[in-house]
Amino acid sequence: MTKQEAIYKYALRLGDDALILGHRLSELCSRGPILEEDLALTNISLDLIGRTQALFIYAASIEGKGKTEDDLAYRRSENNYGNHLITEQPNGDFAHTIARQLFISSFEYLFYSELEKSKDETLSAIAKKTNKEIKYHMQHASDWTIRLGDGTNESHKRMQNAINDLWMFTGELFEMDEIDAQLLPEGISVDLIPLKTNWNNYIKTVLTEATLKVPEDGYMQTGSRKGIHTENLGHILSEMQYLQRAYPDAKW
Amino acid sequence: MHNEHSDTHFQTRIDNGEHIEAKDYMPENYRKHLIRQMSQHAHSEVIGMQPEGNWITRAPSLRAKQILLAKIQDEGGHGLYLYSAAETLGVSRVEFIQQLQSGKAKYSSIFNYPALNWADVGAIGWLVDGAAIVNQVSLQRTSYGPYSRAMVRICKEESFHQRQGYEIMAKMMKGTKDQQAMAQDAMNRWWWPALMMFGPHDTDSPHSSDAVKWKIKRETNDELRQKFIDKTIPQAELIGLTVPDDKIKLDEKTGHYKIGPINWDEFYRVIAGNGPCNKQRLDHHIKFHEEGSWVRDAAVAYKQKHSTKELQTV
Ligand SMILES: [Fe+2]
Ligand SMILES: [Fe+2]
Ligand SMILES: [Fe+2]
Repeated sequence: MTKQEAIYKYALRLGDDALILGHRLSELCSRGPILEEDLALTNISLDLIGRTQALFIYAASIEGKGKTEDDLAYRRSENNYGNHLITEQPNGDFAHTIARQLFISSFEYLFYSELEKSKDETLSAIAKKTNKEIKYHMQHASDWTIRLGDGTNESHKRMQNAINDLWMFTGELFEMDEIDAQLLPEGISVDLIPLKTNWNNYIKTVLTEATLKVPEDGYMQTGSRKGIHTENLGHILSEMQYLQRAYPDAKW
Repeated sequence: MHNEHSDTHFQTRIDNGEHIEAKDYMPENYRKHLIRQMSQHAHSEVIGMQPEGNWITRAPSLRAKQILLAKIQDEGGHGLYLYSAAETLGVSRVEFIQQLQSGKAKYSSIFNYPALNWADVGAIGWLVDGAAIVNQVSLQRTSYGPYSRAMVRICKEESFHQRQGYEIMAKMMKGTKDQQAMAQDAMNRWWWPALMMFGPHDTDSPHSSDAVKWKIKRETNDELRQKFIDKTIPQAELIGLTVPDDKIKLDEKTGHYKIGPINWDEFYRVIAGNGPCNKQRLDHHIKFHEEGSWVRDAAVAYKQKHSTKELQTV
């Protein structure tokens, strides 16, 4: 794979992560437990869709086939999507939404802090901008994890369940494939292996304060970077891409 | 029961164009009228998130999705400002929400219509927010201070809502045959309900007279409706949309458009609860409110635990 191809795929799948999680959060509009929270979740969704747009514009420009960011979002099928499996998991109850956000945002904070140093100027600039937002997402998810974990018996139980349910999707966040490996010596991609310890420590700190248990590492789900997804993604895309697919000649 | 002197004094302040503030004397009926109107306004912002929310996950471009998300987020924010402003009258948000869910409080009937195709998102922004703006601009001069200030804040955001809606319609009218048909279909369905948003004709309006005397309402239903009609018909024509009313005529002398008769039977039917989505909108609100109760309980429990812990260590 040429360097350009590798950067294209790298930017694309980072965009996929943001797009699919942003989509999931957008499903919650008018469905929050309280109006303030409805707005907070919409806000995170907006940040993520904005990040998607920046990454897809960059990916499309590198690919050089005259595609737009919307072609990349709305005209690919699920096995061409590279988002992590955890981003496509259903919102579930509010505890699941928060657990998913906690795992992802704390990972993203570490990841984008490193990507800020990328030798690829565009990726570095996107990372700088997005990391300010991620800090807030991470804080928001951590605060709620603690509140729910240390709230009522019911909220404690629900929060622990959500943590347990989603744990098997966290291993994948630290997987490296040939694209990461190819761009690493160039100083473009992020080495994920060293992030794992910091991530584990952060999660442990939050869960401990939340009076929750850190799950044992069992089997970790994998496959998304190869385009093998859970059944969720197909449904997300069929909804998200509906108008673009039904009216292929239309401009929106 | 009223203290005559205070009522007279109150009316003098109103007539002098003063703002009434939360702690000021106000006649009980003035307070009641405001509580009803402001909570209805707040509920409308919140229930109004649903029809547009119906299209968020199907928004056809990344840009459209962001604009729509931001717009709906604004509406939720308007709900928050208005609940806070209404709480200054001595009713809590929890009570307001109970009144909404029990059906005691109303919200704008326009949101009992369904958003059926993507152009509905355009039509809602253009026509529904467009109608709301006419009303809200007028309410910036309403006599109750907290309400007036909330309106000033809200109006700043509303013009973006109207513009983004019109932009969607304009884009679709420039698009494929299918898109044009969607836009016209949305226009056909939203035009009359948007006109009904201003309420009954002045001659049949039950609340108007006191509200005008107290300067809660600064212009009448028909005056506001006419403003909306006059500004909207040329906008429709400009992008090639047909207004679904074959009686429309521009009165050359007054410069105002005359329209055909509004179907008030439909208006009263929807207000009475028999619109296409009345039940759906309330059920949705109740469902997610109830599903969120354990979260709100947890937040309260956490706060209590931690404030008592702090007290113990002091
Ligand atoms: Fe509105
Ligand atoms: Fe609004
Ligand atoms: Fe609006």
